[in-house]
Amino acid sequence: MRHSTLLTLLALSIMVLSAFSLAIGPADSALGQSLSALFIDDGGPLTIVMREIRLPRMILGILVGFSLGLSGAAMQGYLRNPLAEPGLLGVSGTASLGAVIALQTGFATLAFYILPLAAITGAILCALLLFAFSGRSKSTLALILSGVAVSALAGALTSLVLNLSPNPWAASEIMFWMMGSLANTSFRHVWLALPLMVLGWAALLQTGRAIDALTLGEDAAATLGINLYHLRLKVIFGTAFAVGAATAVAGAIGFVGLVIPHILRPLVGARPSKLLLASGLGGAALVLATDVLVRVIVPSQDLKLGVIMALIGSPLFLHLIFTTGRREQ
Amino acid sequence: MHLSVDNLSIQRGERDVLTDISFTANGGEFIGLVGPNGAGKTSLMRAMLGLLAHQGHCSLSDLSIQEKAKTTSWLPQTRDIAWPMSVKSLIALGRQPHSTDDATNEAAISQAIQDMELGDFIDRPATELSGGETARALIARCLAQTPALFMADEPLAGLDMAHQISALELFRKKADAGGLIISSIHDVGLAARYCTRFILLGDTQLLADGVPLAIMKDPLFADIFSIDTIFATAEDGTLFMPKKRSKTR
Repeated sequence: MRHSTLLTLLALSIMVLSAFSLAIGPADSALGQSLSALFIDDGGPLTIVMREIRLPRMILGILVGFSLGLSGAAMQGYLRNPLAEPGLLGVSGTASLGAVIALQTGFATLAFYILPLAAITGAILCALLLFAFSGRSKSTLALILSGVAVSALAGALTSLVLNLSPNPWAASEIMFWMMGSLANTSFRHVWLALPLMVLGWAALLQTGRAIDALTLGEDAAATLGINLYHLRLKVIFGTAFAVGAATAVAGAIGFVGLVIPHILRPLVGARPSKLLLASGLGGAALVLATDVLVRVIVPSQDLKLGVIMALIGSPLFLHLIFTTGRREQ
Repeated sequence: MHLSVDNLSIQRGERDVLTDISFTANGGEFIGLVGPNGAGKTSLMRAMLGLLAHQGHCSLSDLSIQEKAKTTSWLPQTRDIAWPMSVKSLIALGRQPHSTDDATNEAAISQAIQDMELGDFIDRPATELSGGETARALIARCLAQTPALFMADEPLAGLDMAHQISALELFRKKADAGGLIISSIHDVGLAARYCTRFILLGDTQLLADGVPLAIMKDPLFADIFSIDTIFATAEDGTLFMPKKRSKTR
């Protein structure tokens, strides 16, 4: 498939899924009616529902999905490993820790922006830690190991916060937050996350040439004119901004960054640079689709996006491993 | 291309890997870097390229990383291909440092494919090639970079006899056309017929530097490799064979 065809198809699927995302919700209304209420202010409640609830939810779905898919592709390309995903570096773990601390201490109730800011602070601290431990080292192994260590530490501290939580309500609120969801988001979340995400995307989208060269290994890439130190900076901080901001507004959502590059790789001729934008778009489509499913399956229950994503993602991933394994035999 | 290496030394921890290596080289030479395992052939080349910490100076380090990429290509010993991209895309990576137009790039890529006889493989996933084919695809990537200086670490390992000879012929042709090739090679008997010069490394030193046959006939050569040697005269030159192991040094 031509690359432009693939990107067009992915963009089209995002548009279709966006329409679904806008059309679905507890306020029962036909698709045409919903869309016209979105564009033309009729003064009725449907316009408010569309503009204040469904539209930001849809936009955040795209932004979060794009961030996760793009970071996944960049991370796999940089680490030269199809099992890498944004969570591997501990960015989503530390972002969750920040959010959980904000919830547990009650600061999160003071203003809407406290929780996301705490999460983003967690992600940036993680990036700084990783950089301090492995920034100068030449091999990516040091980075992976530091990431695993930071992840484990963040996980332990999150459990500790839960453990010390004074009341069961705070604990259950934390539990629900950690499952990951796009419900109850507003344009304020969009404006908070968007600038950071754009910074992260800008850094990650620049890595194409370098991760292509890395196909040949670090020595060969260096002699092809790649500055591996700059590349590492871009990958660590790009992921921290994009995934940190995504986690801050939607909680920890796994599998997107792992599965999407895996699915799209054969369609881009396995070239890491071509996978970046495609995975961003694919991630956006997957998160939108899952967020539609969450609302369709059991409309009365607040099903969490992160839970359904893992439920879809894990069997899908096993299937992929099985089929690629069979092809290679 | 003029290359000079001055008093280059490498330590690994407390151990000296190489001490005070100095030599100069120019376009037109095909230098075989020979020496027993652990003599520091790979380390020397990586240090020259700025990939390994060292003391002393190599003229390549006067170039910026981009300038270096335009003039120098490096074939590492590990045949590392992370993703199943097509052989052609893999070879095209060699054009990355050059901001030349598509026609120039395409010409360099086709020439490299032809040189390495990879025409039948260009659409195959590079990860599904045999060991020898992988080696040829990776050499082709370096050739597509159209380097003035080509440094290769064991380029012949895994190649069948015909492809070993054609690779050596090709390297010699590139040298005759003004290129500079530096390559570590274990099959010294074969390499001696194509290299213009050998540099012998051993005991952390540059032990000998000169015409291949003269170096191989130096008693130092047999001694450092712990072998007894045989030379025979054939119609197209002198043949060399390692006869048996001598006592361990």
